[in-house]
Amino acid sequence: MLGASNHVSSGTLKNSFERRSVVIGGLQLGVGVLLAARMAWIGLVQNDKYSTLSESNRVNLTLIPPRRGAILDRNNAPLAANRADFRVDLIPDRLIDPDRTLTELGQLLQLSAVQLRDLRDKLEKAHGFQPVEVAAGLDWDRFAAVSVRLPNLPGVLAQRSFSRWYPTGPSVGHLIGYVGTASAEDYAQERNPLLITPGFKVGKDGLEKRFEQELRGAPGARRVEVTATGKVVRDLEMREDVPGQPLKLTISAPLQDYAARRMGPESGAVVVMDCLTGDLLSMVSMPSFDPNNFSDGIGRIEWKMLSDDDHVPLRNKVLRGLFPPGSTVKPMVALAFLEAGLDPKAAVNCSGGLRVGNRVFHCWNRRGHGHTDMAKGIYQSCDVYFYHFAQKVGMQRIADMARRLGLGESYDLPVLGQSYGTVPDPDWKQKKYNRPWAVFDTVNATIGQGYMLVNPLQQAVMTARIASGLELQPRLIFDPNAPKPRSLGLSQEHLDFVHQAMSDVVNGPGTAGRARLPIDNVLMAGKTGTAQVVSLNISDGKSGAWKYRDHGHFICFAPFDKPRYACAVVVQHGGGSGAAYPIARDVMTFLYDPAKAMEVLQGMEAGWGGTPQQRQATKYREYTARYGVSAPRAANEAELARAGARADAEAARPPAINTEAAQPRAEPDAGAAAPAPAQPAQPGTPAQPAAAPTSAATPAGSPQ
Amino acid sequence: MTRQIIPEAIAREPWHVILPLLLLNTFGSAILYSAAGGNLEPWATLHTIHFAVFLAMALVISHFSRDFLKLVAFPGYVVLVLLLVLVELIGGIGGGSQRWLNLGFMTLQPSELMKPGIVLMLARYYDTLPPAMTKSWRSLLPAAGLLGVPTLLVMLQPDLGTALSISAGAVVVIFLAGLPLRWFIGAGAAAIAIIPVAFYTLLHDYQRNRVLTFLDPESDPLGTGYHISQSKIAIGSGGFFGKGFGNGSQSHLEYLPEAHTDFAFATMAEEWGFVGGLFILGVFMWILRWGLQVARNAPDRFSMLLAAGMTFTIFFYMAVNVMMVMGLAPVVGIPLPWISHGGSSLMTNMICIGTIMAVERWSKRSSGLSG
Repeated sequence: MLGASNHVSSGTLKNSFERRSVVIGGLQLGVGVLLAARMAWIGLVQNDKYSTLSESNRVNLTLIPPRRGAILDRNNAPLAANRADFRVDLIPDRLIDPDRTLTELGQLLQLSAVQLRDLRDKLEKAHGFQPVEVAAGLDWDRFAAVSVRLPNLPGVLAQRSFSRWYPTGPSVGHLIGYVGTASAEDYAQERNPLLITPGFKVGKDGLEKRFEQELRGAPGARRVEVTATGKVVRDLEMREDVPGQPLKLTISAPLQDYAARRMGPESGAVVVMDCLTGDLLSMVSMPSFDPNNFSDGIGRIEWKMLSDDDHVPLRNKVLRGLFPPGSTVKPMVALAFLEAGLDPKAAVNCSGGLRVGNRVFHCWNRRGHGHTDMAKGIYQSCDVYFYHFAQKVGMQRIADMARRLGLGESYDLPVLGQSYGTVPDPDWKQKKYNRPWAVFDTVNATIGQGYMLVNPLQQAVMTARIASGLELQPRLIFDPNAPKPRSLGLSQEHLDFVHQAMSDVVNGPGTAGRARLPIDNVLMAGKTGTAQVVSLNISDGKSGAWKYRDHGHFICFAPFDKPRYACAVVVQHGGGSGAAYPIARDVMTFLYDPAKAMEVLQGMEAGWGGTPQQRQATKYREYTARYGVSAPRAANEAELARAGARADAEAARPPAINTEAAQPRAEPDAGAAAPAPAQPAQPGTPAQPAAAPTSAATPAGSPQ
Repeated sequence: MTRQIIPEAIAREPWHVILPLLLLNTFGSAILYSAAGGNLEPWATLHTIHFAVFLAMALVISHFSRDFLKLVAFPGYVVLVLLLVLVELIGGIGGGSQRWLNLGFMTLQPSELMKPGIVLMLARYYDTLPPAMTKSWRSLLPAAGLLGVPTLLVMLQPDLGTALSISAGAVVVIFLAGLPLRWFIGAGAAAIAIIPVAFYTLLHDYQRNRVLTFLDPESDPLGTGYHISQSKIAIGSGGFFGKGFGNGSQSHLEYLPEAHTDFAFATMAEEWGFVGGLFILGVFMWILRWGLQVARNAPDRFSMLLAAGMTFTIFFYMAVNVMMVMGLAPVVGIPLPWISHGGSSLMTNMICIGTIMAVERWSKRSSGLSG
């Protein structure tokens, strides 16, 4: 070694160089071998792993969202279809500069301030690779404007796709539901990459949600070679999507649309059933949302409109609205009487009230109906007749008949929830309130007040069963081979009697003379109902605050001697049955003469400010002008569901224990002793309930 | 004589070096041709022209006399240091880092020239140092000063890779000059102690990130670790024979960053596989072995140190680049000579080659004289 001697000569240095250069040479060779070994390790031993990685880099599998199965009406007219359109989406994870991208998209797509604000909200809530829809249904110019700038807009996708289209919009909102981008919860539940494919929508409500798997179909796929920046180099392979299965309903699209539009600005429900098969021809709950506007998420203006509306557009009132049915239960009660052996000729003398125990139960007609038998009890809707005989027959028989005719029942329907209400009887009250049944409970129940709660679908089923005598089940999915409904086992004689009395309601000396159909040779049978919402000392039920007004009911079927169609109409807080029967009459008219019915409707819509879609558009413009971006941000799905549940819970709130006599409310046309002339409503003037006999509505103070 | 068939002037040239380099550079052109998507432009043609020009330069250098190189060693060193200062000043005025001087007809990167420059300077220094002083402080401190000035200037640019490269060649010259071994052991121990401190104080953020990413590439596969991951995928998917010329998906689909410069080896490995890699490593080993042989056979101390230092400078380029693309070293931005596109590094390496050729020529002459 060098250190061995103190004297260093050039010779020792040369020796040292010799030795050390061998070390350097060894180092170089060692590194060379190391590099070769490393390369062998990566390229030969781990070749499979890296080949796979290289392939997954090179090849990009793009899912093509399947075309969603159409939802068709009974005549194959589309209730929900697909439209080819252009769309633009954002992938939050791929955005580099969200603010700049949003601003640029806003300019290219001409988005309004409100739309941009909503988009920012959606982007804030979205995460990862969950796509956020920027716009759909774009015209070619705006689509092309974004397409050509895609290289400068990382995270933005512009593509052709299919979007859901509901031709009649709000008319089918509650029935069909709507579609929307899959939520993070959906994805957590079903780890399917299709759910985060831009442009793919899942059913969020109604039939769209219930039949999600059938309607969805199988996605197509495109294998493409892509560059690191996502530019497609060439297509490698293409597999077509398999469209979802169509779903054919029993609904008649024109009737559904007509009924929805005929509701006008009112809140309520219209159900039309086929009396031969139980097919539901229309199932309308209004006001409704427009499912077309929901598929891109609910914007702040839409949310504000929905939250402000006391008519609760998010609640499906057909299935989840519970109402005291009022006098519409009287034909059912009469059938119970007949089954119990009551002679229809048996009569009471109605003097305007009946003392039961220490309370006086009034008839809606305080002047009294005089001599009243069963037929008059129905067509004049005399309360005293029913008070009297119900006590004789007993509640159990009435409750049994109510259940036989479908009240209190949850039907086997492909829907997301039904509130089945209450058919009270002694057992029920004992269980619910731990109190014995009282006579006045029977009295209240026979006029559809008190504990009795039904939904509009149940009313329609009851009507159809009374009309047909068959144990009809409501059906929503079209099935030409459905089994024939069985008979209810009711005596045809009893049914004929009730049918005649119900016909007299409309065509005779009854309470709804103006409900007569403007169709030759078709007579409609019906029954009015006016259900009190609050006691008389708060409101008379006809005027004042909307939420205190009486509910209006009308049930009917036609033709009365050979029943084919049954219909139930509920107008929430309509102020009485006078709000309901003109709607029922026009809807039934539409079944026989669509042109005539449409003419009536168009006149009315001129006064209301257009179709529901047009009115919503007007309201949207007003709200945008008034609130703009200052409207609170829209709720997410969970909040929406909670809001709906809250509304339902409120509707289904069990009544407080009832110790009062119900105050029967005046029936519209009953003042006319003679049959009212049946006239079609004049175009342009919504049919008004006839002036009710004011004396009948005079408050009588609290029951004694 | 058999050599009569070929003219003397041509036969005299060192073909045992020129031919391997020509093969290597032609292979490089082929890789660049593929990286450009099957085009000679913009890289392959220029790569070949660069080689021709710098080969001519190397042959000219190989005819320089020993005395001439000894004469220019110190003035050349001073000029290069001044140029580094100038680069720093221009960068400071222009705002931001700059490594080049624009000479109008070409851009000059003084830090590149400093790599052979420092080797020449130190070889000259130890040549003049009396052997007896080898074990005293006078053998180390001036050398450390000569190395420290340019290294610090390059670090300021900041260019960690080049600074390391300059130091590597210099340290090898100092090592081979016969300085006491315990100094190197001590320095190595000190370096291990200082590195953690330097890592957190001297390095810039982006340099620190590169090192951290090297230590754990998967920590950020789409960020700074992306380069290393994609390079390994390219090399690993090549297998034994590669995907075939022009079929590299990693490079053509732009997954591989800098496919024509720093990561050219990965571009090659994807298309030519293990076989291509062995060829490149083999040619380098051949050249490095030749360089060290020349150094060992050199007639005097100056020539020995010069040839060995130049050899190590070439080795350092190759080793760091190939280690980097295979995930064994941080991304430092050192190209692979004769393969990667880029004039500056090719010029540096051809200067090294030319100098080694000169040493070989001197030793022939002196052995001829003595024999």
